[in-house]
Amino acid sequence: MKAIRAIAVNTFKEAVRNKILYSLIFFAFSMMLISLVLDQATVGQRNKIIKDMGLGSINLFGVIIAIVVGINLVYKEIEKRTIYPLLAKPVKRSHFLIGKYFGILLTLAVETLLMSVFLFLLILVYEGTFDPFLLIALFTIFIEVSVISALAIFFSSFSTPFLSGMFTFALYVIGHLTEYLKKFGADSGNALLEWVTTFLYYLLPNLERFNMKEAAVYHLPVESGRILLSVTYGLFYIATVMLLSILCFDRRDFK
Amino acid sequence: MTPAIETKHLTKTFRSGFFMKEKCALSDLSLTVEHGTVFGFLGPNGAGKTTTLKLLTGLIQATSGEAFIFGKSIQDVSARSKLGFLPERPYFYEYLTGLEFLHFCGELFGMGLEARRKKIETLLDLVQLKGSEQIPLGRYSKGMLQRVGLAQALINDPDLVILDEPMSGLDPIGRKEVRDIILRLKEEGKTVFFSTHVLSDAEMICDQAGIIINGRLRSVGLLGTLLDPKIRSIEVTVKGISQEKIQAIKPIADSIRAGDQSYHITLTEEEQLPKLIAWTQKESGEILSIIPRKETLEDIFLDEINEAKS
Repeated sequence: MKAIRAIAVNTFKEAVRNKILYSLIFFAFSMMLISLVLDQATVGQRNKIIKDMGLGSINLFGVIIAIVVGINLVYKEIEKRTIYPLLAKPVKRSHFLIGKYFGILLTLAVETLLMSVFLFLLILVYEGTFDPFLLIALFTIFIEVSVISALAIFFSSFSTPFLSGMFTFALYVIGHLTEYLKKFGADSGNALLEWVTTFLYYLLPNLERFNMKEAAVYHLPVESGRILLSVTYGLFYIATVMLLSILCFDRRDFK
Repeated sequence: MTPAIETKHLTKTFRSGFFMKEKCALSDLSLTVEHGTVFGFLGPNGAGKTTTLKLLTGLIQATSGEAFIFGKSIQDVSARSKLGFLPERPYFYEYLTGLEFLHFCGELFGMGLEARRKKIETLLDLVQLKGSEQIPLGRYSKGMLQRVGLAQALINDPDLVILDEPMSGLDPIGRKEVRDIILRLKEEGKTVFFSTHVLSDAEMICDQAGIIINGRLRSVGLLGTLLDPKIRSIEVTVKGISQEKIQAIKPIADSIRAGDQSYHITLTEEEQLPKLIAWTQKESGEILSIIPRKETLEDIFLDEINEAKS
């Protein structure tokens, strides 16, 4: 357990000492500030655009950071051979990977927290209110980026960063469209096609489950059961993907 | 006593290329390294040295055969708790300072803060990095990286230290420092297993040596017994002999090279030396030097490679 913690903390240190992270967070801040200007130009439901764009930015940049950090996490260690002295110590490969994953989660948690605080401050200054509804959306955004970083680690456990990045990004996009995929199969009337799309529906991550931005912004009622189900689904998906990553990684030779 | 390292028919083949062509990197290595010895694992580049070390440290999996560290199978992660490893041309996290890195390594062994502090203090002394421990590793020189690498390999006070080309890329002072550290480890009763292709490094420090060529262990034993004490050749330098006269000794000399007003004559048979001396005196020439050349590791190396080729 100590090894997992040490690797997680080291991964977090690496991310924090990387300048790319700061520029990404800076961009997210800028996007939120831009929403203030857009708000002035909006007719009708004012202030909503600030929350909408704020949550959108936090989500988007969370995903970008999860992919950018995630795909390099394992690859860089192998490419730069920093993994050699590590695995020559009594550290299980599975513990190495889990440590890396917790490291990226820690990074994402801090980054999401930072951007959330910025958003709440912005709303407070502009509107003078605190909107607790946003917390639900922020929480599920964090679950979504956790799933995405697990996928990034999975791909990078056997592939190059470029390919891993492409795969992970593709899954991120498809992950928001799986409902349509299932519907497309069901509407086609072709049994085989329906079987394939249903299979893909369950195989691919259903990231729309974690999208509660609209409900949070417009204060729509969200059942606690729906949140619980989404969280359980997320955790289950992460566990499966990490298990597969460990299986790939365990058999690997570091030539 | 259980040997520090024991391998039985250890074999590794890699598949590469589009057709997954098999290439044997190590074949049928059976080797025993007793506790407390300094073992030099010698061979030219690409002979299978690094493959062996990576198998022993669990970085790659053997195709067949087995290996043990202090009696424990290398499949078992805990076999590595008494092991220290320095990879070839080590490269560590640039963003960590030397001190942070050593603490990180200690944590991987589950060492507490106080234990780490104490150990790191002595290690920094040993590898002479005191004063540089707060600098990020990205700014370390090659020699410093090698030394911090040695320190991380020793953080758990291992009984067996495996070093992959520990002296490569270092200047003469750096090489001497690494040599001294290895000798100190030997004094402390530790087993050191290191690979090198630089024979003089091995000659100076190891008790035992194994020679590996093309993935096969050719010979293994005490360094003294691997080397033939017999004189291999004698180089004699003579002066004051004319070019015509020197032709007279052609039948007994292996080679004659003309130098600056002198000749370098190489004799392969020791018995010819008195004849040459007598002849030079008769011709009123002068003997400048007589250098006997004993067999060196270099010769064994070349012999083995030639044998492998034929």
